[in-house]
Parts: sequence; structure tokens; C-alpha cells
Amino acid sequence: MISLEKVSKTYGSGARAVQALADIDLEVPKGTIHGVIGLSGAGKSTLIRCVNLLERPTAGRVYVDGQELTAMSAADLRQTRHQCGMIFQHFNLLTNRTVYDNVALPLELMRESRQTIRERVTPLLELTGLADKAGQYPAQLSGGQKQRVAIARALASRPKVLLCDEATSALDPQTTASILTLLQEINQQLGLTILLITHEMEVVKSICHRVGLISGGRLVEEADVGDFFTAPATQLGREFLDEFLKLEAPQALVERLLPAPTAQTHPVVRLTFSGDNVATPLISRLAREHGVDVSILQAKVESIQGRTLGLMIAELMGDAARTQDALATLQSFDLQVEVLGHVQRTD
Amino acid sequence: MSSALIDLVWQSTLETLYMVAVAGVISALAGVPLGVLLYVTRPGQILAQPVLNGILGIVTNVGRSIPFIILLVAIIPFTRMIVGSSIGTNAAAVPLTIAAIPFVARLVEGALNEVPPGLVEAAESMGATPMQIIMKVLLPEARGGIVNGLTITIVALVSYSAMAGAVGGGGLGDLGIRYGYNRFNPTVMLITVVVLVVMVQLFQSLGDYLVRKSDHK
Repeated sequence: MISLEKVSKTYGSGARAVQALADIDLEVPKGTIHGVIGLSGAGKSTLIRCVNLLERPTAGRVYVDGQELTAMSAADLRQTRHQCGMIFQHFNLLTNRTVYDNVALPLELMRESRQTIRERVTPLLELTGLADKAGQYPAQLSGGQKQRVAIARALASRPKVLLCDEATSALDPQTTASILTLLQEINQQLGLTILLITHEMEVVKSICHRVGLISGGRLVEEADVGDFFTAPATQLGREFLDEFLKLEAPQALVERLLPAPTAQTHPVVRLTFSGDNVATPLISRLAREHGVDVSILQAKVESIQGRTLGLMIAELMGDAARTQDALATLQSFDLQVEVLGHVQRTD
Repeated sequence: MSSALIDLVWQSTLETLYMVAVAGVISALAGVPLGVLLYVTRPGQILAQPVLNGILGIVTNVGRSIPFIILLVAIIPFTRMIVGSSIGTNAAAVPLTIAAIPFVARLVEGALNEVPPGLVEAAESMGATPMQIIMKVLLPEARGGIVNGLTITIVALVSYSAMAGAVGGGGLGDLGIRYGYNRFNPTVMLITVVVLVVMVQLFQSLGDYLVRKSDHK
């Protein structure tokens, strides 16, 4: 439904040129929710603005629903934009229009009749839970309500695609959740294709089917959300995941970690389980079969797109030969084992 | 206070109101579009025309830098062409209007500058034409600022109209100078000043009320 081919964007020219996007290839199939995550300045905003040509790429092609936007006249592009709704971090509602008139705006721009406008706007206000706010002005609404107005407005022209530019970044966690639920409903009920950019893993985890990771203007990784959360392919992906899971070894432990084992140390490992492994009683097996005690320092279980993900940081306590055996056993299972270091044994 | 003096003050008040009204309406009709043009033709704006923008900017600045009393005399041939005479209240209204147009234009440009660029971007994402962006986004969103700018203009016009006496335009300022200053009549001076103060207060209050009514920020 959305397709970017070798899209690049450079600001300025000569020595002061800044490349915001480099050779981006992106395919978003019809009816899916695709997330692009990245740090500030990675090029996320530029990327999503290149889809509806609010920013014109310096190279490459952009297709929406099979039509090449990058080859269109200004007038044709305006027509095609009716098929691409967009919502923004700061909502961008017109302050001097009521909720109803804000939602009606895209239809006014398309010169629809008063009658048609009423027929379209009323159900959208109901869909977004704003039926009782029709006559109010944006200044009277909360952040979440403003974003609902923006969503209703973006849907008014019956688009095939919805672009979300950091749509929940200005909202508190609870409001974020309700907006994400609304986006998911829209995706399911209307079959709308959604491309969203965000810096929050929570957003990707909650509603995305696929995710791309952008860094330095390049898409460095792309995967199904379940795969990305269980086994990110890049270092940056891993950092995002760690930050999201907040599963870092405690500072006091990190300071005691030694890079190489000695006869007087225990290994500290990070285990990442996914799928069925989570249910396997690994820990007790290590104790029973290898005589190794496992001291769990931190652990977490997450459910992502129907898949279960478990993380654990643990110290394997026992003499060197036994802990080596235990490590080998762990590695024979379908899970990720990372030795973070070794600590001086205290027993 | 003699009835002749009351008549004189009343007559002068009407003359001032007339000059301010004519100059206010015409300068708004010309200044608002000029202000919009100054804004939308800026580099990076929806109708970017850097050369046109540069020329408009210079013309506007020239208009604003000429002292009013000089403008009043300098454009006498033009005034005669427009109203057929270079003296009288109508003749004074012409330079007042000419002086107010660039003033209004800069204030309107400033008001448009306060509209968040995100709103224009949102309208563009909906497929709005530049004209639709001006009519449905920029002007309605800048309404409060524009009304405020027009109020400032009206008040400035009341003050400028005091110089209209130089071309026989009449009005309260002229009355104050001729009767109050030249003939050293403190009563007339005081009355004209009081009437002017009341007038400015009323315009400002009305303007503030309209700004509140037109803005939902």
C-alpha cells in the first residue's frame, strides 16, 4: 500500500549538506500497522513526511496505493493526499474551529456539500468517542481528546493510509494506551494501513505488526514485531530492547564484574527466552542435574503480539566445572545466553 | 462653555471620526492582503517568491519610514488626483490611508507569524490549495492578532489625524492646535485632549472585546 524505493533526502548543498535519509526501501502491505522506531534526529520525521511529500525526497520514488506520488503534478498530489490521513505529535488542530468544524475541514477542502459533511462527521465523532464534544473548541479539551479529534479529522476524507507522526509522544501513558487502542480498532474495522513513527517501544509492542529501526537516516533493521522483541539483529535494536525491558544488571554488580573467569569466580549470565521455553523449568533443572544454584538478580516476562518473552539476569553458583556444564546445557536450549562477566565468589 | 464652542468640538469630533473611519477601512482592505502577501511569499512559505517578497518588503519599509507630516505634503498631487482637491477632510484622509496601509500590512504579517507552522502543514497534508490555506487556516487562526493590529492602527490614526490641520483637514487635533495652542485657550486644549482620550479608550476597549470574542486559543 505504501512503498518507498531508494528514497534519500539531503538538506542544503555543498559542504553544509546534511543527509537526513539515505536509500530507504520500505514496503507496507495493505491493512498492516508498520512502525518505524529511532532516536531523536535519526530521520523518523523526515521519513514519514516523505510519504505524503510534505518533504520532497531528493532521490527515489514514493508510491501510495500503486500511484507514484513523486511523479505527480501539484494538483494530482493534492488529490492523492485526500487518501493519506495524517496525525501529529502536537495535534495541529485549528484553535478557532469547533471539534465538529475541525473534523469537517478536509471535507470542506474537497468542496463536499454541507449534507455530505454532516453524514461523514457525525459517525466519526461517535467512533472516536467525541459525540458530546462537537461544539467545543480544542482549548477546552484534554490532550487525549485533542488527538481523537485529529484522528477523526484524518479519517474524514476516507483515506486508505494513516500516517502517525509521534502521535502519542505528548500524552501520558494511560492516554497513550487509549489512543493506541483506537488506532488498532481503526486498523481492524476499516482495514486502514497505518505507518507510524515513534521513539517508544511500548507503541511498537502494543499495536505494530512489523517494525523498522532507523539510525543515521538508514533503515538498519526490519522485522516482525515478535522477532524484533525476542532477537533484535543489531546492537541498536538490542539497546532499544534493553531500555524498554529495563533489564540491566544492577550497578553494584556491574562494578564487581570481571571480564575473565578465575577459579574463584561465578559467571553472571543474561538469558532471553521466547516462546515455549518460558514454560520450561530450567532453573530447577540446573540445580538438580548440575548441582548449580541459580541466584536470580533480575527477571521479567512480557507478552508481545501473542508471543511470550522472558528475560533474566542470574549468577550461576557452583565450582567452575559445574557452572561450565550448566552453561553448555543452557546453550543447548533454544534460548539466548550471554555471559555478562564473572564475579568473585563469596561462598 | 458657549454653545458655539460645543458646536466646534462636536464638528471636529465628527471630522476626526470620519478621517479615521475612511483611512481605517481602506487601509484594512488593502493592508490585510498586502500583509498576507508579505507572509506567504517568504522563502519556504506556501507561495515562496523571494524576489517579490524582497520588493514588497522594501516598498512597505519605505512607506513606514516617511514621517507623516512630510508624506502629507509630498503626495499632494496624488491626493488632488484622487479626491479632486488638496485641502479639506477628504484630502487629509488620503495620506492617512497611504501611511496606514504598510502599518497594517506589517501588523498582519506579524499576526500570521504567530500561527504555528504545524497547522499549515496539517492543511497541506489534507490536500489544501495555497488559497484554501490562506482562507481557512492562516486568516481564521490569526484573527485575534489581526483584530488587535487593526485596533492599534485605529488608535494610531486618531493620533496622526491631529496633523491633518496642516492641509485644512480639521478634526480635534487641528482644533486643539488652532484654538488651544495658537490662541492660547487652555479650555479648548483640555476639552480636545479629553475627547481624544475618551475616543482612544473606547476604540481600545471595543478592539479588546472583539479580540476576546474572535479568539478561542
